[in-house]
Order: sequence, then C-alpha cells, then structure tokens
Amino acid sequence: MSKERKLICIVCPVGCEITATIDEEKKEIVSFTGNQCRRGAAYAKDEIFAPKRVLTTTVRVEGGFLPVVPVRTAEPIPKDKIRDALKELAALKVTAPVAFHQVICPNVAGTGVAVIAERPLPAEPGEKAG
Amino acid sequence: MRKIECDVAVVGAGPAGLAAAGRAKAAGAGRVLLIERDRELGGILQQCIHNGFGLHLFGEELTGPEYAYRFITENQAAGVEVLLGTMVLEVRPDRRLYAINRRDGMLEIQAGAVILAMGCRERNRGAVTIPGTRPAGIFTAGTAQRFVNMEGFMPGRRIVILGSGDIGLIMARRFAWEGAKVEGVFEIMPYSNGLTRNVVQCLHDNDIPLYLSHTVVEIHGQERVEGVTVAKVDEKLTPIPGTERRVPCDTLLLSVGLIPENELSRDANIELDPVTGGPVVSDEMETSLPGIFACGNVVHVHDLVDNVTRESWLAGEGAARLVQGRQPRGPLLNTRAGEGIRYVVPHRLHLANLKERETTLYMRVREPAEHVRIEALLDGEPILSVRERVVRPAEMVSVKIPPGSIPEGRTATELTLRVVKEGERG
Repeated sequence: MSKERKLICIVCPVGCEITATIDEEKKEIVSFTGNQCRRGAAYAKDEIFAPKRVLTTTVRVEGGFLPVVPVRTAEPIPKDKIRDALKELAALKVTAPVAFHQVICPNVAGTGVAVIAERPLPAEPGEKAG
Repeated sequence: MRKIECDVAVVGAGPAGLAAAGRAKAAGAGRVLLIERDRELGGILQQCIHNGFGLHLFGEELTGPEYAYRFITENQAAGVEVLLGTMVLEVRPDRRLYAINRRDGMLEIQAGAVILAMGCRERNRGAVTIPGTRPAGIFTAGTAQRFVNMEGFMPGRRIVILGSGDIGLIMARRFAWEGAKVEGVFEIMPYSNGLTRNVVQCLHDNDIPLYLSHTVVEIHGQERVEGVTVAKVDEKLTPIPGTERRVPCDTLLLSVGLIPENELSRDANIELDPVTGGPVVSDEMETSLPGIFACGNVVHVHDLVDNVTRESWLAGEGAARLVQGRQPRGPLLNTRAGEGIRYVVPHRLHLANLKERETTLYMRVREPAEHVRIEALLDGEPILSVRERVVRPAEMVSVKIPPGSIPEGRTATELTLRVVKEGERG
C-alpha cells in the first residue's frame, strides 16, 4: 500500500512543498517530488516517520521573582507526546529559587527526556514588574 | 543630582544592548554602563520562551531566556556595570544622558560614547484603524506573550489573531498549548509575514487555519470582545463586500508589525531614515550625531536575533574605537536602495573599513520573488552580485562585501543595491 503525504520543508526559506509517496508497510519513502535539495528529503523522512519537537512552556513557581518559570525539554520529544507532556507540566509547581537549567521534571510523559528551566529565577516576592 | 561618568553608556538591555555593552568592554572601553528601565536584563528575550534563537550565531537552538542568560553572564564576568529600573529621559548631543530611578531620583550620566538600543514597539489597533467598539480583550501579540509567559495568566480562551507576524504565529501555538481555542490567523497580504518554519510548526502542527488576503473589518462587544467580522480583501487590500463573516471570540491579538522606538533619538535631533523609522547609521553603527551609536531593532526591525547581535557587536566595537581615538577616518560612501529593495542598512560606509574588513549590508526586498540576483553597483558599475533562490519581505537579506571589493584609489560616492530577475534557472 502506498500513500501520498504533502509537507512544507522548513530547512531553508525556500519552503519547498514536498510530496512524498510512502510505502506504509515497509515504513519507507518510495519517492519525493517538489524538494529542491537533499536536505529536504532528509527533513521529509524525519517529519513523516518520527516528527519531533522541542517543547517550551511554563511551570508555576512558589515564592519567585515571577509566578512562572519558562521550561523546555532538554531534547526534542515525539510530536504525539506534546499534549501529555503539557498536561503533566501544567500540574507541576516548583519552589523558588530556580537555577539555570535546573531539572524540573526528569522524564516527561514517559519520553525519557528531562524538562529543564530556561532561566534562573530568584526567590523574591517583592513588587510586580511594570 | 547624582552624577556618573563612564566611557560607554548603553540605553536598553535587550539583545542589542547586552551584546553592544559586552563588545564595547571586550574591545577595551573602560567603564561601560548598561541602563535598563525594567527590573531585570534581557528585554523581550525573557518572554520569548520558544526555541530557535542563536542557530546562525552559535549553531544551537536556544530559547530567548537562554540566549539572554549567555550574554548576561558574559557581561557580568567582563565587568559591565548595570543600572536597573532606570529610565533614560533625554540624550544630549554632548553624550550626556538624563535618567530617573527610584533610588537616585534624577541622574546625570556623562559618557564618552552612547549606544542607543531601545528596541521597538508593536503597532497597535490605532495604527491599523479597525472600526467597531472598544471592549476589553484586544491585545498586541507581544503583550499577550508577556502575560502568558511571564505574568502567568491567560488573557482569553477563544482567540483570533490579526496579522501573521512571527510573534502572532508563536502566540497562536502558545495559546493552543495552554488549552485556548485559536479560531485562525488572518493576514491582509497574499503571503505570510512570518518565517515559514513558524507557519508550519505553530499553525499546521496545531491545525490552526491561516487565512491570507483577509482582514478584520469590525470588532464586536461592549465590555468584552464578543467577536470580529472578517472579510477577504482585493489586490488593493480593500475589503470585498459580501465576503464578511462573523467569528466569535473573546480576544483579538494584533501581530501587525513593529516600529523602532526612537523617542529619545528624535528629541536629540538624530537623523532618522523615513523607511526604517530608525537612525541613519554608518558601518560603525554611528548615528548622525558623533559619538552616539545605535543598534538592533531601534535601527530597523530584524527577524532574527542573531543579526541583532552581530549588528550590536559592531556598535560596541565602534563605541570602543571612538573612546580610544581609533575611529576610522577618511571619506564615506552612501548606500542606496535601488529597484526592488525597500531599504539598506548601514546607510554610510567608511572606505577605510571596506578596505580592511568584511562589511555586511542588511536589506529588505519590496515583494516576494524567486530566482533573483541582488546586485551591488558602485556609482552605477556592478561590483558584486549574489544569487538568491527566494526572497521575501519577511526575511531580511544580507549581502557580504569582502574586504578590498572597492578598487584601490577609487573615488566612489554611492553603492546601490537592487534586485535583478534571472531566467527560470539561475
């Protein structure tokens, strides 16, 4: 069984519209059309069979300089795990101070990937910014 | 009044100010003072929590706060001094600044060189004149970004985004991830104003529709936004009667462009470029006032922070060279935006610099095109040509001029950049 998949390449500003013909049983790409370079083919392969994204969001902080701290996954995680990861992180609360790249969650949504703080966040209730 | 003397004073500690201050110090300036009105350093980077910063400069995809952290720690180690919570009120041509903060009240800062790095502001509803009521729930995309990513609350639950600038696209994903319903992104132009990567990863990934050649023609709601009317537009960007459609929402985000923030520059009578909205600068990033430099979004709006940093390093170096009496001398050459080019920065180039170092010219094209050459003409004579497969107004074009490209002894006055169409296969 072969199937067609269309995607826009994001490797460079050209933004080629690639059509890939996929062999669904063998999990292979049979052919490409539309890509103007090899990097496009590599992108399409990853994007079709194992799309991954770095997830960035915020986590609640107790007693911090700000009420939330920005966090990201240390590595890209499978795209279909993003919803679960967001839900897990929404339920978390950490206590200030938070160190730069402090591990906020060691293994998010069973991906084996850690979630780390994007910035240091000092403990300071103080006055609001603005 | 407290008085401070320093070699280089930098106004604004976003990506431009951070890089300029660090580089000025590294290039040998003695006392470097970084002045920031917010209560922490980093500027807009602190609310840009998504990744993708620094890919060109560091080969890494950093988030905004990580990118800021890198410069903040470097500056600290180098001994750059910082004044937080301090607002600069006036820049004098003799490089004296007047500033105010809660601790000192009024401050007078006498600097050997001043670097303006105030960044830009978002265009708002007034700038795009949308008719309708004036309810709560209309935000610029950047304001919403700050609310969600730094203040920790959601400004709405059902969102319409006008304009496909990068911040709008990023916020579309952010809202979707936080559980809001994003009804769509409406763009008046027939093409997106954001990076392709953001269209794909922010919109397509989250099934958020992008409506090109569409705009918001009316806002509804008394106390709070209850919906907007959208319509298709024709080639002249005029709404087409009969295509109106009402979209229910409680929040309208505007991502309709950025304007360099030049109140201080204007008050100081610094020459501004009417196209960029920022100061006219030399390749040292020096403005029309000697000893006053500018860099980053205050000069022209960038789409990549990497380019802001590069430009700000030049400003930092330029300021250090000035205070050390090492400024380049001799004649300057003007750059000019020719056919198909909207603007070129920097505006003036020292022949001495062109001889010694690589010079990067930043420009924006007027319209999207494929298979073109960007040509540089020295007083009408082509000296350099760069092939570009695709150019888009949303993505800044840079052209590097290798050292020594201007023939020795040549008395040139103007370097024109233009777009030349090529055949189908360039």
